[in-house]
Amino acid sequence: MADEVILLDFWPSMFGMRVRIALAEKGVKYEYKEEDLKNKSPLLLQMNPIHKKIPVLVHNGKPVCESSIIVQYIDEVWKDKAPLLPSDPYKRAQARFWVDFIDKKLFDSGRKTWNTTGEAQENAKKEFIEIIKTLEEQLGDKPYFGGETFGYVDISLIPVYCWLHAYEIYAKFSVEADCPKFTAWAKRCMQKESVSKSLPDQKKVLGFVAELRKRFGLE
Amino acid sequence: MHELCSHRHSTENITLIKKAMAKSDVKLLGAWPSPYVMRARIALNVKSVDYELLEETLGSKSDLLLKSNPVHKKIPVLIHNDKPICESLIIVHYIDEFWSSGPSILPSDPYDRAIARFWAAYLDEKWYPSLKGIASAQGEEAKKAAVDQVGESLALIEDTYVKLSKGKPFFGGEKIGYLDIAFGCFLGWLRVTEKTSGVKFLNEAKTPHLAKWAVRFCADPAVKDVMPETEKLAEFAKLLAKFRAGPPK
Repeated sequence: MADEVILLDFWPSMFGMRVRIALAEKGVKYEYKEEDLKNKSPLLLQMNPIHKKIPVLVHNGKPVCESSIIVQYIDEVWKDKAPLLPSDPYKRAQARFWVDFIDKKLFDSGRKTWNTTGEAQENAKKEFIEIIKTLEEQLGDKPYFGGETFGYVDISLIPVYCWLHAYEIYAKFSVEADCPKFTAWAKRCMQKESVSKSLPDQKKVLGFVAELRKRFGLE
Repeated sequence: MHELCSHRHSTENITLIKKAMAKSDVKLLGAWPSPYVMRARIALNVKSVDYELLEETLGSKSDLLLKSNPVHKKIPVLIHNDKPICESLIIVHYIDEFWSSGPSILPSDPYDRAIARFWAAYLDEKWYPSLKGIASAQGEEAKKAAVDQVGESLALIEDTYVKLSKGKPFFGGEKIGYLDIAFGCFLGWLRVTEKTSGVKFLNEAKTPHLAKWAVRFCADPAVKDVMPETEKLAEFAKLLAKFRAGPPK
């Protein structure tokens, strides 16, 4: 019986990108459904009634919600190819810790670089760089966070790369200047087809952020 | 050395050494009132793992804690063979995966695991903050809104219990599992909130299934010695409120 896999998503969502990358890594065929978040589909509301958010993976009619939970699910179901989490329990705990750290800190901080002004924006910029530097320390000299192979932490973090251009334009800074190791890692990830095909163009994201800023009365 | 190798005593010595080593191999930085610390303790108990509990004192963080969890500086931290693991749900996953020969904590089916993880995340991100919101609500209206929110989400958890347990005693089935641990750890603070707010949340009338489940959970051998008494926790809550309010002005 063939698997039916549907992804409810929204093109600029960094959380959605994680799932796209994971599915691509595993070579899973799926149907991509673009949601209009101002007009959520009945399917989305039925599949994620609690949070009403994307991404949602619908596998043979059953929904899985929350991007980090979806990525772990994908890794466990399609386990014969491209393992995303390490097999050692301690390394798995470390990978989960850093994804949790990214989830708790990175996105709020990134958002503040473009939706605040003045001192708040300055602080957001400093905080964002600090978070990236903490992650750089974890990476060390390894090619990927997991070591030799691209994995769970890399997948969870790389989507921010297509949003950096927008952050940099509005908060006036350069991630590459402050965090060269992070930038080198990001470019290495972008070499992978599973990543480059899952991330939208950074100019398109910039246009999206400009629209959001208009809506927030920041333009 | 030669004496130690005498057959009659050697196996006893090795067993004693192993037991002593085993206990100090596993340390848990924690505090008895913390529901998050309780998750780790229950999980270790499920696996029958001996551990040393190092209690942190309110208002100060030990050097070991700051060294082991420099990013968040929070308990619980599991230190296993000198390697730290942080974040309660990550610790529970680790315990389940490392001591894999003991009773399983996470369900075996990937979809069931995803569901259990979803609800545990819901508890941490939405439910427990809303419970704490009752105490910090300013004014009658805000308090009522906070109380209603907790009541609604508990009704949701009651439904979830019915769906996931499928007539069995626990969220995890025949024995306690990940979601039992993730939710059950909050029972003490739920009871304290009921006391201080005067509102009953988890009882026969409102949540009949969860009310029965709570009795079973608290009686479980892995839980009963680590679940604090409501009275003791209520006293601690008063102390915590005073501590947070700071010295009198």
